[in-house]
Amino acid sequence: MSKLRYERPVIKKLEGGMPNKFGLRSEIQPMPTIDGNSVANLIQDYGSPLFVISEKTIRSTLKKAKKAFETQYPRVQFAWSYKTNYLNAVCNIFHQEGSWAEVVSGFEYDKAIALGVSGKKIIFNGPEKSVEDLTKAIQNDSLIHIDHLDEFYTIVELAGTLKKRPRVAIRVNMDTGVYPIWDRFGFNYENGQAWDAINKIMHSGKMELIGLHCHIGTFMLSPSAYGIAASKLAELTLALEQKFNHEIKYIDLGGGFPSRNTLKGSYLPGIDTNPTFDDFAEAISTALLNSNFRKDKLPLLILETGRALIDEAAYLLGSVIANKRSSTGRRNTILDVGVNILFTSFWYDHKITPAQSFSQYTEETCVYGPLCMNIDVIRENTELPLLNRGDHVVIHNVGAYNLTQWMQFISLRPNVILIDTNEKPHLIRERETLDNMNNMEKIPDYLVKIN
Amino acid sequence: MKLRKNIAVSEAGLLFNPVTGESYTINPIGIDILNMIQAGKTRENICDAILEKYLCDRTTVENDYQDFIGLLSHNHLTERHEDKDA
Repeated sequence: MSKLRYERPVIKKLEGGMPNKFGLRSEIQPMPTIDGNSVANLIQDYGSPLFVISEKTIRSTLKKAKKAFETQYPRVQFAWSYKTNYLNAVCNIFHQEGSWAEVVSGFEYDKAIALGVSGKKIIFNGPEKSVEDLTKAIQNDSLIHIDHLDEFYTIVELAGTLKKRPRVAIRVNMDTGVYPIWDRFGFNYENGQAWDAINKIMHSGKMELIGLHCHIGTFMLSPSAYGIAASKLAELTLALEQKFNHEIKYIDLGGGFPSRNTLKGSYLPGIDTNPTFDDFAEAISTALLNSNFRKDKLPLLILETGRALIDEAAYLLGSVIANKRSSTGRRNTILDVGVNILFTSFWYDHKITPAQSFSQYTEETCVYGPLCMNIDVIRENTELPLLNRGDHVVIHNVGAYNLTQWMQFISLRPNVILIDTNEKPHLIRERETLDNMNNMEKIPDYLVKIN
Repeated sequence: MKLRKNIAVSEAGLLFNPVTGESYTINPIGIDILNMIQAGKTRENICDAILEKYLCDRTTVENDYQDFIGLLSHNHLTERHEDKDA
């Protein structure tokens, strides 16, 4: 007779009269496969933990976003936000789908060039662009978004030295009704800094002002804020046309759209409450179409959304190392996934689902990572089925920022695989090795011997 | 280790403590263990029986058994003077 699947014994007090305020069900479904691949097999082949990216989801999410905007506004261009996830394979999926590159450092700029992106399709944002970076960007006719006047003066100098006419935009910060205002980047709209910068650029005669850019925040839950931002950039554009008879080619509204993740402290899950692409498209396109642009002079709308396009496409697979109980009787489960590779667990209550079947019994669980650090908490309190040591879990919505902000701390960063649209897995970033780390270090001669 | 007197356990996995009026749900393996405790089985007997019925290793079963006993105690469902054998 075959034995039954083991599940640890559990007893749970029935607490009547204390329903969840919103009556949510805590029902969890197992996730044994991702795009046709068994989680258990993926872990067997590539190890645990393991990042898994679904190409199918990336392409379908981008198509959804494009459809939302293109059905409401005639001229739309997406630019892939490298800092959100700059794995080469991921960037190239976006570029194959027609996205430009949006970079915020010399490193990212070089990455885009190395991938074969035309310089003219690279938007260079950020407060730190070295003279070397700016020189490359000017020579390649990239779109340089000026963050401060020091950068403007550097570009003026370089324009003379290189005998080129740089293509620039300015980043504008503004009050959109969402606080605190992100005013550390770019020039302020309300106090006239932005108009002042525009005038300096126009009077310099050294560069071509072709765009206006803003990026009003991150994980924005208010589409109307984008409507306000679009209106203010439209006003600047029209003022420029009136004063200088100069046409702005594009308005770049940056990124900041939320993914389906749930922010810590939220009452309801993000999947039920966060605005959709349609909501943002409606707010932005209505503001632009209602402004005083002539029909044949509508600027190109550029969007640099990152998180909303990639978060759902990636999963982090992990395994249960141990189960224990805290001093207060709370169930603690330790996974092999730490905050060093799941940085976003500081902001989100990531959804965690077991990869194997389980019974209806659950326990309130605190999910820890494997690091010898007290802050290594993946979920402070979540209702989970009874996981056994060695069981696998799937952590959802991890595509944004984890693969760029992850840390090599205590252990080595794991493999990353991409499952293509034919459901075939490909290794796109190899697990780090001790040699990778040691090769970057040098020991002075007098410290080589320790005995 | 003994359960408190008058504790009632249903086949469906509901446990009722008439002293406190509190009710609990227990999963099937938990019911097996409670029944064996009530039948006076030792910890070793119980772990053997679990390993006979379920696919698992002894270390995990013994750890989880101990954790379960801890939960029963935490919820005041056991006699205060515990049988050493348990």
